[in-house]
Formats: sequence, C-alpha cells, structure tokens
Amino acid sequence: MGTSTLTTGPACPVPQVATERVQLGHGSGGKMSAALLRDRFLPRFDNVHLRRLGDAAVVPVHGGEVAVSTDTFVVTPLEFPGGNIGSLAEDGTLKDLAMMGTRPLYLSAGFVLEEGLPFELLDRVLDAMGEAARLAGVPVVTGDTKVVERGKADGLYINTTGLGLIEPAFRPGPERARPGDAILVSGPIGRHGMAIMTTREGIAFEAAIESDSASLFPLVELLRGVAGEGVHVLRDPTRGGVASALNEIAAASGVGVVLEDGAVPVPGVVAAACDLLGLDPLYVANEGVLVACIESTLADRALATLRSHPLGASAARIGTVVAEHPRMVVLRTGVGGTRVVDMLPGDQLPRIC
Amino acid sequence: MRFLNEYRDPQVARSLVRKILDTATRRWVLMEVCGGQTHTIVKQGLHELLAPAVEMIHGPGCPVCVTSLEQIDKALHLAARPDVIFTSFGDMLRVPGSECDLQQVRARGGDVRVVYSPLDALQLALRHPDRQVVFFAVGFETTAPANAMAVWRARELGVRNFTVLVSHVTVPPAMMAILDSPDNRVQGFLAAGHVCAVMGWTEYEPIAMKYRVPIIVTGFEPVDILEGMLMAVTQLEEGRSEVENQYVRSVRRDGTTPARDLVARVFQLVDRKWRGVGEIPRSGLGLREEFADFDAEYRFGLGALEVEEPAECRAGDVLRGKIKPFACRAFGTLCTPEHPLGAPMVSSEGACAAYYNYGRYTAPARTEA
Repeated sequence: MGTSTLTTGPACPVPQVATERVQLGHGSGGKMSAALLRDRFLPRFDNVHLRRLGDAAVVPVHGGEVAVSTDTFVVTPLEFPGGNIGSLAEDGTLKDLAMMGTRPLYLSAGFVLEEGLPFELLDRVLDAMGEAARLAGVPVVTGDTKVVERGKADGLYINTTGLGLIEPAFRPGPERARPGDAILVSGPIGRHGMAIMTTREGIAFEAAIESDSASLFPLVELLRGVAGEGVHVLRDPTRGGVASALNEIAAASGVGVVLEDGAVPVPGVVAAACDLLGLDPLYVANEGVLVACIESTLADRALATLRSHPLGASAARIGTVVAEHPRMVVLRTGVGGTRVVDMLPGDQLPRIC
Repeated sequence: MRFLNEYRDPQVARSLVRKILDTATRRWVLMEVCGGQTHTIVKQGLHELLAPAVEMIHGPGCPVCVTSLEQIDKALHLAARPDVIFTSFGDMLRVPGSECDLQQVRARGGDVRVVYSPLDALQLALRHPDRQVVFFAVGFETTAPANAMAVWRARELGVRNFTVLVSHVTVPPAMMAILDSPDNRVQGFLAAGHVCAVMGWTEYEPIAMKYRVPIIVTGFEPVDILEGMLMAVTQLEEGRSEVENQYVRSVRRDGTTPARDLVARVFQLVDRKWRGVGEIPRSGLGLREEFADFDAEYRFGLGALEVEEPAECRAGDVLRGKIKPFACRAFGTLCTPEHPLGAPMVSSEGACAAYYNYGRYTAPARTEA
C-alpha cells in the first residue's frame, strides 16, 4: 500500500503519512494545535514561565511581577458584523491579560500589510483599534509595520503584545479549578465564530449575527470585587470554543467538568446557523465571553454581579467542577443522557447532511 | 427555529423514553440507517437511556464512511493535480485514503476547497475558466438531486471545466444486504427521513414484507428518533412489520417527484463498492452515458483502481452492525479521530467517532456485541 513514511504508534498497521507539513488544523486550537506546541515549540524554548501555558506569562521584574501576553490576528474577512481585525487585535491581547487577573497597562502592535490593501479599509481597522484602546484605557505605545508583495498575506495581519500589572490576592489560573467550583459563562456563546462563518459563506439571516468582540476587563474587575481569591479560573474561549476551554481547564487542574446542556446560553440565530452548517456551538469561537470557575459559595453573587453589567447580561451557570472523571468534560443532555465533550482533533469540519 | 424546538423539547423526549421502556416486554434490536440519526442518538445519550428496551445498531448511512478507498484515492489523485480545483463537503477532507487525506494534499499545495453545495462548485468553474473544477459527489439519495442539478446546469450552460467524481450510494440495497447476512440481528429499521423526502417509501414496502421487519421513516431530532423507536417497538410487540411514517412534516409516500425525475435523468443504478462492506450490486448511482463529459473519472482517465483496506480495521463489521465500535481492538488505541484507520472514525456522523467523542464516559468493557 505505497511507500509512505510510517509514523506514530510503533504497532500501527496502516502506513500513516507523517504530517510533514503544517496543516490548517494545526491552527484550530484543538489537539493538533496542542501537539504542535508540545512537539516543536516547547522543547526548544522550555522555561518555567512558558511551561504554565497560561494566556499570559507572569514574570518577575525588579522584585515585583508583570504579565506579558502576545497574540497574532489573521481573519478572513477583515471586517465582519460587530467588528474588524483591528478591534479583535486590541481586545484579544487585553483579554489574555485580564484572564490572568492582571490590569493591562500598555500594548505594542505590529502590522503586516499586503501590497494593494485599500487605505480606506486600513483606516477603518486603525479607527476601530484606536477606539478600543481608548475605551479600555490601554494605549498602544510602540509598533511596527512591514509591507509584503501582493498575494503574500491576506490583506493584513496584526500582532499585539501587552503588558499587565499583577493585582495582589487575585491569581486565577487554568490549574486552580477545584471540585465543587461553579462554572459560569458571561454571555451567549458562538457569536463571533458564526458572524465570521456566515459572512464568509455569504449566508444571510433575518437578523445578522454580530461578533461579540469586546474587552472583558470590566467583567474581570467586577468578579475580582465580588469574589476575589474565590475566582479560581478565568478563561477566554476563543478558537475551539467553550468546549476546548473547559477541556484545557480540566486537564490543567486534573479535575472533571459536568456541563448542563440546557443551561448553556446559545442565541437562537447562532443555533440555527450552526444547524445549517453542521457545526456544534460549543466549539465555535467567542471574542467577548469569559468562562469562570468560582468557589461555589460565591457563585450566586458572582453571577448576579456579572448580570448587572451590559456585557454580562446573559451570564449563566453552565456546570460544575467535579472530582470524578478527571480531565474529562461530560455533558448532561436535556433528555437525561450524557456524553463526553472532547477536544476536537483539528478544525471543526461541516457535516455533510 | 420554529418546527425545530418542539422536536428538541426535553420534556416530550423524556416522556417518550418512558413510553418506550413501558412498551417493550423484551429487548429489541433496531438499526438507525442514517449517520445523522446516529449523531443525535449518541449526542443526546439516547442509547444508554433506552438500553433495557432497545439495542441500537448503527447502520451504514454515513456517506463519508462508506465511500470506498478507491474513490478516496481517486479524489486524492485529482486534488493533487495543479490544474484542478477540488471541491468537497467538509467532512470528506479527513477521510484517510491509502496514503494521506485531502487536508494533507491541501497542505502540500493542492487546491482543495470546502463547499456547501455542488452548485457553489459550478460557480467556481464559471469564475475560473482556466482551471478544472471537480466536485466530489458523495452521499445517499439525499444529496443526489442537488448533484444531478449541478451536472444538468453545467450541460445547459455549456461549461467545459466542471466534472463530478461520483460515489453515490442508495439505501434499500444496503438494508437488504444487512438482512441477507447470516449473522444479522436487526429486527427493525429507522429509515432516513431525508432520503425518503426525496424518494418516498414505496421501495421499502417489499422489504418490510419480505423480511418481516418494521421500517419507520424517521426524522433527525431527538423527539423524531424517539417517536420512530416507539413506533418500531410497538409494531414488534404487536407482531406487525409495516412501513410507517414518523416524519410526516417532510415525507410523502411518493417522495418529491421533480427531484426523483432529475436524479433518474442524470444518474443510473450501478454496482458500487462500500468501504468496509464490499461490493453491493446495483447499490450506487453513476452518471448516465450522455453525461460522460461531466464524469471526472472519464475526463481524467482514472481507470479501475483496486485498493486493499487495512486488516486491523473492523469498519465493515461496525457498518454491518455486527459489532459495536468499542469491540474493535483498534478502537481508541490504534484508531482515534486524530489517526483514523477507517472512515467511521473520521466523520462526526461515523459510528466509531460518535462513540469515541460522546460515548467514552459510559462505554462498557470491550466485549463482542
């Protein structure tokens, strides 16, 4: 059966081709992304800060500590209902800092521009980015631009790096979930991913799906105020969605997660679009939603506080951290059945029918 | 979401589960034909709730899973050609061929694109007159009308750079192959609602009569499937074997005539090899002679290709309902969604992937079913 290279699993009877090249699935936030980091990047850069694999690294500086986070943004289309790549790039890094419980201070921004990109479009992107920076009160203090030939980039790529200040007595981290914790989401899920998908596929609904792109820092501030150290984990479920975020938490903390199907807030139009395209909203990207694991005694107050803010108006308690089935996320279906919600191997592939 | 939420109502579903458990005086063996139904059953955990009354065997109705290795290899060959834009439904991209899959061909520079409709592929052909656009026409009778329409339109428009790689299969011959098998355990079927929306259910009447099995035309939402199961269990308890229609909101006895006519004009019955099952006579659709210009196998001279399937993979036994996925020794060890040996581990509709993704929590010890 051919002369392909044998790989993985010494006993594998089938000649499986080594994935000798990067595939799109390596960027999906699923198992392929994790393997890419584990096998190629981490061994070469290994150090105590990187090993934690948080949204941001917390590093010592002159006796104190600061958080550093970097993120690169590639999105097609560059503009979508509810935002554009600029607002995404600004908010994305701020969110990563906020998820570590830090107060974002400064941002840098690097731009790769493709020859032929209309200034009109670039201006809209920069306007959105500037506006997001003003709203969050976090200035872009340094930057870089490069121009590449036509066809060498998808119009525009942006990298942002942020610096944040550690808040005392507030250190949420993916490894800190404890059995009994309540799991909250701050809002309806799936909007960003489906806004992108439906725009890309040219699918129109009666009400357009708007991206939820937003900075989550205000919500984190509220949670810090009401629950402080009781906030064990904060996570920003971007690519891979809520399902992947919960799997990462379960793995990092060595706990199990039980999700209640009916409790997860999925907007009707997102559910409809997912149905049409054969996708599962639990795996669809979000840009303005956080997942929190919170000490159970503080959960009700935390939920009420989230709901008091416009960004958290639809916040809900969607599940519980448990000691059973460690590293596994189990969903209780409305009918009363159960199923495992696993990480996807790569990109979510639309089902045929 | 009207006409949908009522078929997902947890209250209604729970009361149907109770009714099925109350109705059954013994454990019946049912097969849901369609992968979409498997998806719902496992996603909702219905099989475990109903275990005392019904054993569900997952049928061969996942087009991704039953597409033969030969056809996948032909697709990979075409996708690697520099002059070709290869278009496909999304979940065909990870189906392992003999040496790689379409995603890997794409990573090496092949132009492979996911489309939601064959008509989108035809549009691509119109936009790229300098390239050959090939659409991977897989699926059951459900996708056949749209694929027939794409070929029909291409001929009308005189498009010279559009072809389809056809791997269509049909349901009734597969059901009969299962029932004819000496170790068959299936006592009743949930037929695929969307297939019947196109074809109607007249073809199933002789099957129900000859093999004395109830066949329920069933939809895809939890309440649909539970209603279908209740109807099947009721028939079995009463000793009846009839074709009944649960999916009344979409299916009529004669199906959809214009769609059937179009399929009949463009396609004809051919022998077809099913992955993991083998060749079933007159179980597939192929393009009629007059549409040969739109047949990718003809256009690109892809001769007969014989490919052996991996010996460790028991996909055939799973697809025939002979074993549950976890009874295969490769399941979850050698064969996972990241490294599938067989097609049922690839598509989320595939029985193996459905069990791997959703069923591990309650999967019993590995015993032969």
